Amino acid sequence: MLEIKNLHAGIEDKEILRGIDLEVKAGEIHAIMGPNGSGKSTLASVIAGNETYDVLDGDIILDEESVLELSPDERAHKGVFLSFQYPVEIPGVTTTNFIKTAINAKRKAQGLEDLPAKDMLKMIREKSDLLEMDRKFLSRSLNEGFSGGEKKRNEIFQMAMLAPKLAILDETDSGLDIDALKIVANGVNKLKSKDNAVIIITHYQRLLEYIVPDFVHVLYNGKIVKSGGKELAHELEEKGYDWVKNL
Amino acid sequence: MSKYTEDDLKKELETQEYEYGFYTDIESDTFPKGLNEDIVRAISKKKNEPEWMTEWRLEAFRIWQKMEEPEWANVKYKKPEFQEISYYSAPKQKKELESLDQVDPELLKTFEKLGISIDEQKRLSGVAIDIVIDSVSVATTFKATLAEKGIIFCPISEAIQKHPELVKKYMGTIVPKTDNFYAALNSAVFTDGSFCYIPKGVRCPMELSTYFRINEGGTGQFERTLVIADKGSYVSYLEGCTAPARDENQLHAAVVELIAMDDAEIKYSTVQNWFPGDKDGKGGVFNFVTKRGICHENSKISWTQVETGSAVTWKYPSCILKGDNSVGEFYSIAVTNNYQQADTGTKMIHIGKNTRSTIISKGISAGKSQNSYRGLVQVHSRADNARNFTQCDSLLMGNECGAHTFPYIEAKNKTAHIEHEATTSKIGEDQLFYCNQRGIDTEKAIALIVNGFSKEVLNKLPMEFAVEAQKLLEISLEGSVG
Repeated sequence: MLEIKNLHAGIEDKEILRGIDLEVKAGEIHAIMGPNGSGKSTLASVIAGNETYDVLDGDIILDEESVLELSPDERAHKGVFLSFQYPVEIPGVTTTNFIKTAINAKRKAQGLEDLPAKDMLKMIREKSDLLEMDRKFLSRSLNEGFSGGEKKRNEIFQMAMLAPKLAILDETDSGLDIDALKIVANGVNKLKSKDNAVIIITHYQRLLEYIVPDFVHVLYNGKIVKSGGKELAHELEEKGYDWVKNL
Repeated sequence: MSKYTEDDLKKELETQEYEYGFYTDIESDTFPKGLNEDIVRAISKKKNEPEWMTEWRLEAFRIWQKMEEPEWANVKYKKPEFQEISYYSAPKQKKELESLDQVDPELLKTFEKLGISIDEQKRLSGVAIDIVIDSVSVATTFKATLAEKGIIFCPISEAIQKHPELVKKYMGTIVPKTDNFYAALNSAVFTDGSFCYIPKGVRCPMELSTYFRINEGGTGQFERTLVIADKGSYVSYLEGCTAPARDENQLHAAVVELIAMDDAEIKYSTVQNWFPGDKDGKGGVFNFVTKRGICHENSKISWTQVETGSAVTWKYPSCILKGDNSVGEFYSIAVTNNYQQADTGTKMIHIGKNTRSTIISKGISAGKSQNSYRGLVQVHSRADNARNFTQCDSLLMGNECGAHTFPYIEAKNKTAHIEHEATTSKIGEDQLFYCNQRGIDTEKAIALIVNGFSKEVLNKLPMEFAVEAQKLLEISLEGSVG
């Protein structure tokens, strides 16, 4: 599904990703771990097409097609979803209105009519129940005045609504208390199927207790320095990140 | 002296033209350029006006002659040559087109985006409309309903003929001829506009809109509007049009006067979309408007405006809160893009006791435009317990535009309670990326953010207007991020 080949990317003159190779197949869950500043969030942004970063070398291939020339919205239409580490606020735009706009934009790109209001409403009910969300959030301005945990839950709600092929969860666990973490993890697990894939970016292995990865990669200094199964997460937790610095 | 006939006048005017060394083939119904007492008289005569009206105009003209064009607004433009304007032309005889195929496709595209019906598209672009049973019957039913309630709604020139007592009593009482340069000019030469009277205790059953005066067509350069809501009555008035109004007239100077008697309520909504000039700032309309209303006891005036057009806008819809317990409101969205300049806001004059006013202003600047809010909250000494709440929010797009706020507060009563809040924000790259990531393209994302920003004001518009206004905001900002 996703193939990253020798990816070099950076901002202005600074190279942050220095040759990343990663293959994610449908039905898999990958975890990317690493110390602060290793390039985890940059990788997520570059896959999603954030134009703040320049791709210097390499390629990102989604479903056998390079997406480097595609804008972020075109990548989204192809099924890429990024759960933001710091979701933005959009005053005056309700979560409902926002997600409706997003869904219909995607449908339009696929040559479909707007989703009928009745179906939209049904889906909103279903997905907000799945994430045990208080529906009053849906009529509030997007992320405005939301707590950290509420914002993250809202991200996963949007993921559930958009049903992406490839979901990248960037530090989704930060700011979540243990109960919220369980709900969010449960939501992600329920959305998982053999046709989609998830990349979890995290600093701690806490979230990986609830969403069990098939593969774990350790990112350090813009490179994947070690890959392995889920047991690698435990090893990291035990030995600390200093261990990878010496690999 | 023998009676001065229209023919004499025409001859004289033609000679005058000749004296100045040029001669154009004057269409029978267009006056030569320039302004003097004879022209003012001629306008009045064209309109078949009574003597008092002619005198009223002349007095305004004499006042205007002594006035200087104001320069205090935060706008820069080349002042109009007042002697280069023709002050009267009969309803524009635009060439009628046979079908929409003959209309500029760009214009049609805009209509489509606005969701304007085919019939309306034809009307706006000057295509001959077949007799459409529906719209005729709507207009007829509409007129019948109003007449039944005793509501008068007609062109101002008709009101001068048919209801001189009302016009004489109220015109110029809220915006006097001496008020300002453009109001004086308007008083001397106005040719179009609307008159509306709602009798005591009547609640106008529909939104009054210039739209229904289909036979009037076009909008004048110097419009004059007078709305009188008698005791305990209610009216909601819509002015303007969301469709892009292209007009060869560069200068527009309208005057609007509202009178809300005891316990009455007037809701006045405007959507202004005059030609703003091209991307390089060439052309475009100058819109210098004076709008003011007076509130008697327990009455309420609410101004709502969506300003997206014009090259230069100079406009301050105001409320004189004369009666005790009266309420004034001003809700505004002003969008400027490319080289547009807007200096707009309001004046809330608290004279009566327990008077309340609310000001919500949303300025959106893009391109190289300049957008200023200018507002005055004045509390007179007798105005015990006056309250005002002002909120001015500016949204900037890009690095080359400007947003300015000029709030003036004058309070002469210690019990006054005045609040002012202001924010300035910028559409951030991070907000756009977030929307993009969800599959929303940049243009749509801007529209979404701007609509969210303007929501409090959009919500004040009558339903049918709000939907169009929302789309209009989107179109006005097209290409603003590139």
